[in-house]
Amino acid sequence: MNVVWFVVLSALIFAIGAAGVMTRRSPLVILLCTELMLNACNLALLSFARMHGSGDGQIFALVVMVVAACEVVIGLGLIVAIYRKRMAIDVDALSELRG
Amino acid sequence: MLFEQILFFVAAIGALAGALGVVLLRNPFYSVLSLIAHLVSLAVLFLLLHSEFLAAAQIVVYAGAIMVLYLFVTAYVGGTDRTFVRGGEMGLTGQFGVIMAGALFVVISLAILGSSLDALDTRGPDVDPGFGSPGAIGELLLQKFLIAFEAASFLLLVAAVCAVVLARRRRGLES
Repeated sequence: MNVVWFVVLSALIFAIGAAGVMTRRSPLVILLCTELMLNACNLALLSFARMHGSGDGQIFALVVMVVAACEVVIGLGLIVAIYRKRMAIDVDALSELRG
Repeated sequence: MLFEQILFFVAAIGALAGALGVVLLRNPFYSVLSLIAHLVSLAVLFLLLHSEFLAAAQIVVYAGAIMVLYLFVTAYVGGTDRTFVRGGEMGLTGQFGVIMAGALFVVISLAILGSSLDALDTRGPDVDPGFGSPGAIGELLLQKFLIAFEAASFLLLVAAVCAVVLARRRRGLES
């Protein structure tokens, strides 16, 4: 398969994830959609690594995976902390930080 | 060659269906399950790109560990339907979001097709069998990218400490 197929597929997945971030209201699902976008980036990185025939892009994708794991840990910790305070799990209701 | 194409399209349809499921399903528990299907399909695509180690890491770390964490938190917080966008009443911001996402896809596609990278339309150069194997990745990680490796480990440490600070029961801040 040509590399361009993989790159266009990653663009499509990235756009779907962005649509989810912009339309959903549950922070849990917004985190999931962020995962979608990160994975689309990983797919693009691996496609370009294959295109160049070098392993550097694969290391980059591995580091993106680490960053995604950290993001999940902190995001889920925040959601659990919000839930402990008996607040609504809804990004429209959580607007205290708005200027 | 034909087998590769069939595998690509099956995995691509699986990945797209999983991604759409994450965005469209109303219950977050089903969204997480849909994301697991998406990640497994992506691992197949990684294999097609000669990234064996990353495909394995994707399955073990992502679809295994991280998604179990998600499932626990989703079950703990409890997925109620009232906080999610319902089918008919998406509202102006929802429609705007979908339009913006479509525009984003168009822009990225234009950037890809307009990049005039000739190698995009090839299968890539022939690589030796060790490409993407754990040995090759480990060699790169511990020699050429040692600083990135150490920074990643430090980032994981910071995230672990943050999770403990965020999730413990504390007094004072809440009252």
